[in-house]
Amino acid sequence: MSAHALPERKAPSGAFAFFRKRGRLSAWRLFTFTLCVLVAIPLLVVASSLLHPDRETWRHLADNVLPELIRHTLLLTLGVSVAAGILGTGLAWLTAVCDFPGRRFFSWSLMLPLALPAYVTGFVLVGLLDFTGPIATLLRQWFGPQVRLPPIRSGGGAALALTLALYPYVYLLARHAFLSQGKRALEVGQSLGLSRRQGFLRIALPLARPWIAGGVALVAMETLADFGTVAVFNYDTFTTGIYKAWYSLFSLPAAAQLASLLILFVFVVLFLEQRLRAGMRYTPTGRSAGRERLVLTGFGRLAAPLFCGAVLTVAFIVPVGQLLWWALGVAAQDLDLRYWAYLGRSLLLAGMAATLITATALLLAYARRQQRGALTDAMVRFATLGYAVPGAVLAIGIYLPIAWFDRLYIGLMGELFGREAGPLLAGTLLAMLSAYLVRFLAVAHEPLAAALQRITPSMDEAARSLGLCSRQLIQRVHLPLLKGGVVTAMILVFVDVMKEMPITLMTRPFGWDTLATRIFEMTSEGEWERAALPAVALLVAGLFPVILLTRQTER
Amino acid sequence: MFSRLLSSLILLAAAVSPLAHGEEVVVYSARNEQLIKPVFDAYTRATGVTIRFITDKEGPLMQRLKAEGPNTPADLLLTVDAGNLWQAAEEGLLAPVNSPILQSNVPASLRDPGNRWFGLSVRARTIVYNTDRVRASDLSTYEDLADPKWKGRLCLRTSKKVYNQSLVAMLIAEHGEAKTERIVRGWVANLATDPFADDTKMMEAVAAGQCDVGIGNTYYYGRLMEKKPNLPLALFWPNQQGSGVHVNISGAGVTRYAKNRAGAIRLLEWLSSPDAQNLFADVNLEYPVNPQVKPAPAVAAWGEFKRNPINVAKAGELQAAAVKLMDRAGYK
Repeated sequence: MSAHALPERKAPSGAFAFFRKRGRLSAWRLFTFTLCVLVAIPLLVVASSLLHPDRETWRHLADNVLPELIRHTLLLTLGVSVAAGILGTGLAWLTAVCDFPGRRFFSWSLMLPLALPAYVTGFVLVGLLDFTGPIATLLRQWFGPQVRLPPIRSGGGAALALTLALYPYVYLLARHAFLSQGKRALEVGQSLGLSRRQGFLRIALPLARPWIAGGVALVAMETLADFGTVAVFNYDTFTTGIYKAWYSLFSLPAAAQLASLLILFVFVVLFLEQRLRAGMRYTPTGRSAGRERLVLTGFGRLAAPLFCGAVLTVAFIVPVGQLLWWALGVAAQDLDLRYWAYLGRSLLLAGMAATLITATALLLAYARRQQRGALTDAMVRFATLGYAVPGAVLAIGIYLPIAWFDRLYIGLMGELFGREAGPLLAGTLLAMLSAYLVRFLAVAHEPLAAALQRITPSMDEAARSLGLCSRQLIQRVHLPLLKGGVVTAMILVFVDVMKEMPITLMTRPFGWDTLATRIFEMTSEGEWERAALPAVALLVAGLFPVILLTRQTER
Repeated sequence: MFSRLLSSLILLAAAVSPLAHGEEVVVYSARNEQLIKPVFDAYTRATGVTIRFITDKEGPLMQRLKAEGPNTPADLLLTVDAGNLWQAAEEGLLAPVNSPILQSNVPASLRDPGNRWFGLSVRARTIVYNTDRVRASDLSTYEDLADPKWKGRLCLRTSKKVYNQSLVAMLIAEHGEAKTERIVRGWVANLATDPFADDTKMMEAVAAGQCDVGIGNTYYYGRLMEKKPNLPLALFWPNQQGSGVHVNISGAGVTRYAKNRAGAIRLLEWLSSPDAQNLFADVNLEYPVNPQVKPAPAVAAWGEFKRNPINVAKAGELQAAAVKLMDRAGYK
């Protein structure tokens, strides 16, 4: 059987009982709870704005802009989630299960758009397809001045850019699911007379559901939090409203209230989704090694590489080509030794963050495995909400407690020792990494949680009956099985941290400029040509680890 | 493993924090690194004073200052747009500075009446037009662009950009809300296409004939024409019979809890001096604030014009009203 329901273990009731399991204090519960509190602080700081409503700003927004913002946001999120879900799953199926010319190349290269920030893809699309772009200009020259392309600066354009930039989240997770899925279920299906397509729809796809859902959840959260891309297309969403309240109407309370609504919305959706598959258990059926691929023949043999090639071209080759073209133009003027420093800091930050966040997410996923129950689920959901909050708002929510702690510390040092102390947290890497943890925990958690679902309780029991202790169980059974999920999590966090801007800008120590902040300096003044150079550097720096790690997990 | 990671992180953080030696001024800057670093480097060369700075957008920088309170390391806050400086002053983040040098170097309309911030360069927002399709004599004022004769011929940048918010704020100061709303509605009705995300794209659309006329900052025009000198684009100075061209500033103020207040004031005074003014304005093709200093030759070539003499602080005061007005008028 592919997926079957198990009765849920009831969580002990009562606040105190929550930390106890069979009378003993549960370390897992304590850990989950502590982590949730840590991550919750910034979110609560943001949500505390609900206590001080700014009625005037609210009324204005509600009367004039909110209905449209909400409609745009829902349309965009739905559109991008569905499109990225289908595209990512389809491509993952092709490269993981089927065989066709070029499969090996596409299997890793289709991941490459991950290293491109979505707003860069967006800007390149606008540059190419707007009225003044080369394509429209050529068409006008050939066919007369009346010829018009459909307007790219629109919701459709923004959805296209986000889909092309975000589908790799689904692709990466779904591909891992298909690769590690046991072949036996499909064989059983075929023996029962299912066609190849039915086998995909009725067996492989449901089996991969936790991974696909995890990927789509990441895509949806990223879309909800996106500001840069929609700004390029001047397409107003909920995030736009948040920034408008803050930057233009100078009402941080109103901005934070809007952000709290967004958090609440995401929480409810994710929680419902969680409840929907709460009863499901996913276990691999049969060995996955030594599998054979479905060799495509006839039309499919030609169409598959064409399709993969088309996606790769639009999502990666064209934007990168444009970036390279621009970068070459400014390289002589801008490229200097400082780039090594930008590169070094970006890699260092991304590497440290990927390690720390993946380790934390792994512990969190284990905590959930050890302590099933609605409350734990809710807390884990809460701990991974940071990803859906617009970066700059989250940066504030993180910075306020950091500054508060420093003030407390400095005050204490002054009183106890009578000496002037400097801030302990603000402007340190520790603060920066904690902020990344809050933002990107979800990114590492989704693939790990999905991977952990594959390790069945009966496997644990079998291992224990063979005399393995907990540590051996983890080392010899779990870790090998989790390796793919860990690698996926690390890739995603690594690349995301490299691209991240608002938190890096706000929390970096003096002089800690990275490739991403360099891109910010240029794009904020509209100097896209000069932003291309750091963007290309970021791409190259992000690609090497991605390709290396992919190769390692490739069978 | 975790504690080892943690301790190595702390060690690393300690290793990268700079050693204190010599005088140092700390700046939070919303003016970009590439526009401000050459100026700071020149100051360090001239005085030996080190400048440490961090860049971000105005909003986050102000929140950071606020959160840090008395513990902030920042001595100086540098931003673009008077509205942001006005807001920073309103929130008590800046301290008044009594400096005869600043008062003589910076004209009264380009600094805070309460001396909490000072303009350092002037940015003019003016009309650009397609020279193949529009004659300069067809143009007159910002208000005239709302006339139906421009229907389907106007391009604008998004109302989310502070430059347009300041322009509309100044119109409110002059005409009141009701009339300004009619003007903005007129602009929206005349749009040839949806508003653009940046000035450069908007100007390229004017040059390509998607529309005939637009409103933009002069330095974007300067940068674009440097790259593509053959574009059929020109600047027009509007409202010369009336209140003058709308100008904004980039500027700075000394933070309320500055550790090195004297050093921050000296830096600010130097930035307004002829030595620095050329450098400060030239790197971004802006106009100097100091009336004794001439603009760079490339900038001077765009001709002389009458500026709107109203104090730029007004833009800050009326910014929220302007944003709401533009929302009501359907200006995206």
